[in-house]
Amino acid sequence: MFENIGEIVLLFWRTLLALPQAWRQRDKVFDQFFEIGNASLLMVCVLSFFIGAVIALQTGPVLVESSLPSAVGGVVGIAIAKELAPVMMAILIAGRIGSAMAAELGSMRVYQEIDALRTMNINPIHYLVLPRILAIAVALPLLVVFSVLVGWFGGATVADLNHRMEIPYRVFFSDLRDIVELRDVANGVFKSFCFAIIIGVVSCHQGLVTIGGPRGIGRSVTKAVVNSIVLIVIFDYLLTRFLLK
Amino acid sequence: MSEDQNNNHSGVGLVVRGLRKSFGEQEVLKGLDIEVKPGEIFVIMGPSGSGKSVLLKHLIGLEEPDAGEILINGEPLTTPEIAAKYRMALVFQSGALLNSLTLGENVGLYLTEHHLKSPDEIKKIVEEKLADVGLKDAVDKMPSELSGGMKKRAAIARALVIEPQLILYDEPTSELDPLSAVVIGNEILDLNRRIHVTSLVVSHDRDLAFGVADRIAVIIDGQIVTVGTPDEVKNFNDPRVKEFLHADFKREK
Ligand SMILES: Nc1ncnc2c1ncn2[C@@H]1O[C@H](COP(=O)(O)OP(=O)(O)OP(=O)(O)O)[C@@H](O)[C@H]1O
Ligand SMILES: [Mg+2]
Repeated sequence: MFENIGEIVLLFWRTLLALPQAWRQRDKVFDQFFEIGNASLLMVCVLSFFIGAVIALQTGPVLVESSLPSAVGGVVGIAIAKELAPVMMAILIAGRIGSAMAAELGSMRVYQEIDALRTMNINPIHYLVLPRILAIAVALPLLVVFSVLVGWFGGATVADLNHRMEIPYRVFFSDLRDIVELRDVANGVFKSFCFAIIIGVVSCHQGLVTIGGPRGIGRSVTKAVVNSIVLIVIFDYLLTRFLLK
Repeated sequence: MSEDQNNNHSGVGLVVRGLRKSFGEQEVLKGLDIEVKPGEIFVIMGPSGSGKSVLLKHLIGLEEPDAGEILINGEPLTTPEIAAKYRMALVFQSGALLNSLTLGENVGLYLTEHHLKSPDEIKKIVEEKLADVGLKDAVDKMPSELSGGMKKRAAIARALVIEPQLILYDEPTSELDPLSAVVIGNEILDLNRRIHVTSLVVSHDRDLAFGVADRIAVIIDGQIVTVGTPDEVKNFNDPRVKEFLHADFKREK
């Protein structure tokens, strides 16, 4: 699975070198950006609400029984902001957007569209890869901010309605504010930025190296998603352990 | 961009020496030599699988040769700088239009991406080139809405926009009706007269080949079997060439 790590790093490096082209490609960045938003906003909303809800459901009653009801807001708040929102959203976006990137670039490769670009002296990294990676690198952190808010709301709703907790919204959020700092949210958002780069680079790379017709495209899509998710989980640990203490 | 610096519109000469290429075990090009003069229309004919498309990909820099050299106007085509210095265009066998763009955007892509003209000028050039190949009304269509022949003609329009000095056609008439094939043949001739572009045409189409060629080469099994004027090739005494030209003639009619 990791035989291509070198190529992936190289593609990332080339994309960085292409950054000065970003302004020229702004239209495509916007297009990609809105496509990502369009494709995932509703899913992010539903997913985040229920993640928040289930975390409150799992931890709340235990904390209340141990007479720590004021910890519920904090636990739910921290879990969502630092861990669940960034990782779950990254996995969702890997499945929703990474797969689309790999499929689109893969079919362009297979049907010689990328060759055609090269014959026109159009660099596929400037034209295809850069806009996608920039768009996802902006979109995913924004989606995570949104997801955190919705997740908290989901947790608060369950804490309020569940008869084993019955913590009113106002109390839940004031407990949450006592524990969760802006830094915690920033941590999660930063992680999601790294995950976005991983998804973008891995998926674009996988698309560009597609060979062998429609079946090859299918294989590329699967690989892009699976490899992105594995790398996300590994980097999640590494980032948490070494950068974001 | 460096291609702007080269304002010379006339065709370039092309020399290929000892070109070899293998894919895995399979040797596709087995020491190929060609010489195309500036401004010439040079047609390469040969059976399916003989390596014609692979040859064209080498000429435009999409494949690296295993051995041998390619010279454009005497300069070896080894660095991207040389490749970018001369304007070359390849009309892909499949068209290879970008499926996410409209026909007009496809044709104008080179100009848009390299910021060579204002949007209004690009629009005008695109309309002009599409009219040249009889697709004036299809500007806003997506490639998936086009027939194979329309895609091929659009691909030719896209190549023309580059104002190439060397234009490579891979089977330009393979999916066209006889009338459109004549239109394309005339367009190839006309371009050659108007801007003295060097044209290298790969084709099975005997009518096209003998209609437009200054010289014809026959490639069989990765090697050039004969090169000459259409008459010379027609009278060339090799059973394989005779068989090929004959069989080709029968299939096309
Ligand atoms: N990328 C590649 N990898 C492996 N083999 C290839 C590749 N490209 C071409 N070939 C092989 O090279 C040979 C020549 O292919 P090519 O496409 O040049 O044929 P052609 O002369 O253009 O035929 P046609 O007239 O059908 O287009 C074929 O046997 C093909 O299988
Ligand atoms: Mg071919």
